[in-house]
Amino acid sequence: MFLWQKNFAVFAAFALLLPVMRLILNGKRANLGVHPLKRLLDVLREDCALTGTKEGCGEGECGACTVLVDGAPVNSCLVPAAQVAGTRVTTIEGLSGRHPLQRAFVEHGGAQCGICTPGMIMAAIALGPRPTLQDMRVGLAGNLCRCTGYSAIYRSIAAAAKSKNRRERKARRAKNSRSSNKQERRKRRIARNTS
Amino acid sequence: MPPTVSHRTLFEPKSLRDALKMLRDEGPLTPMAGCTDLYVALNFGTLQETRFLNLWRLDALRTIEMRGDLLCIGAMATHTDLIRSPLVRRRIPMLAAASSEVGGAQIQNRGTLGGNIANASPAGDTLPALAAADASVVLTSAAGARRVAFSAFYTGYRATVRRPDELIAGVEVPVLRGRQAFRKVGTRAAQAISKVVMAARFEPSRGSGPAVVRVAFGSVAPTVVRATRTEAALAAGQSLDVALGILTEEIAPIDDIRSTAVYRRRVASNLLAGFWTSKK
Repeated sequence: MFLWQKNFAVFAAFALLLPVMRLILNGKRANLGVHPLKRLLDVLREDCALTGTKEGCGEGECGACTVLVDGAPVNSCLVPAAQVAGTRVTTIEGLSGRHPLQRAFVEHGGAQCGICTPGMIMAAIALGPRPTLQDMRVGLAGNLCRCTGYSAIYRSIAAAAKSKNRRERKARRAKNSRSSNKQERRKRRIARNTS
Repeated sequence: MPPTVSHRTLFEPKSLRDALKMLRDEGPLTPMAGCTDLYVALNFGTLQETRFLNLWRLDALRTIEMRGDLLCIGAMATHTDLIRSPLVRRRIPMLAAASSEVGGAQIQNRGTLGGNIANASPAGDTLPALAAADASVVLTSAAGARRVAFSAFYTGYRATVRRPDELIAGVEVPVLRGRQAFRKVGTRAAQAISKVVMAARFEPSRGSGPAVVRVAFGSVAPTVVRATRTEAALAAGQSLDVALGILTEEIAPIDDIRSTAVYRRRVASNLLAGFWTSKK
């Protein structure tokens, strides 16, 4: 009885101190009881066990901790948890290892030591479907890499854009030639992506 | 190691009125916008403040619109908002240029104009643009709003006229004619704090009215400064060499981790000379 009361007090204190925060994390609803001023980076790594997001400098210079908040790249080391309540947050884990950029970074040497890579890929996603070299330079100016000299990273992004456009053309052709049920195909795609 | 936050409190207002009430009744609170400066201090362990006011959800402060002849930019407009706004790009292109040189995309997506003003760094990139535009800062409190000319907003190093119960609601920019320019000189094209930053504006005289010259520098004094005597000399039609002589006396740069006073004087002169000679 005493123990229960003690535990209840602890539980109540936590419930009072840490309001539950709702957000969409990597496409799934998440309710998190975290301190509103905790850094998004720490929430992801400690409370959600998503350690793909790295901490580099802790001052918004290196971009290693880049995640997408409502589709826009941000440095998660500079974002308080309270400011992402009700938003869609996407981390490198949200790409499930199947994103064309991830494959391209592997195939074209865009990743060497790997610390900057999750941040590079998240920032590259925000560049849109057909970025020019200038777009890449400007869009990735906030991401530092000490291994590749950047050229391999730009090559990887260009290759991913190419493969993505090729796949889209192929999909369009397939769609035009076959009269398959659109709804069915969508279901199959979702099942494939979430499995 | 992650910074400790457990002893800190966050106030979450639902509206601007809410926020102003909290500032009046619960103060002193530290207003928190995009956190791109505040959280650097937190991560470094140098942040003393423990009570914060979250302004991020106050969408009323995010608008960019015309009110009569004035371009009103809400304090919570991010640098990305400023770069993308057709109004800002058309009316005050030097501000859009300044915003596009603030940090990388990640910082531009979070950092706000109001935050840049409130942080009061002498190296703030948008500040010379606002000074050269003769902008005014709108300060609101529960008691009402007041407007302060941007050139009177800073009183010293990291010191402003903002009272603890006031929020920066936004800035108002008058109609600007003529040519504008913004130049930032740093160690790297992006993501570097400036060694010298300049915004300048030249409006040729029309009819009987005098020419308008505005030259503002960052990183060459304890606050962002307007080189008023240099401006007057140029507006009066004196030669560039005379004006540059006045400028080197007028600014007071120092040696620090980013640059030296000698370099800063030289570059400030070169930037102004570049602006002035390319105007014709």
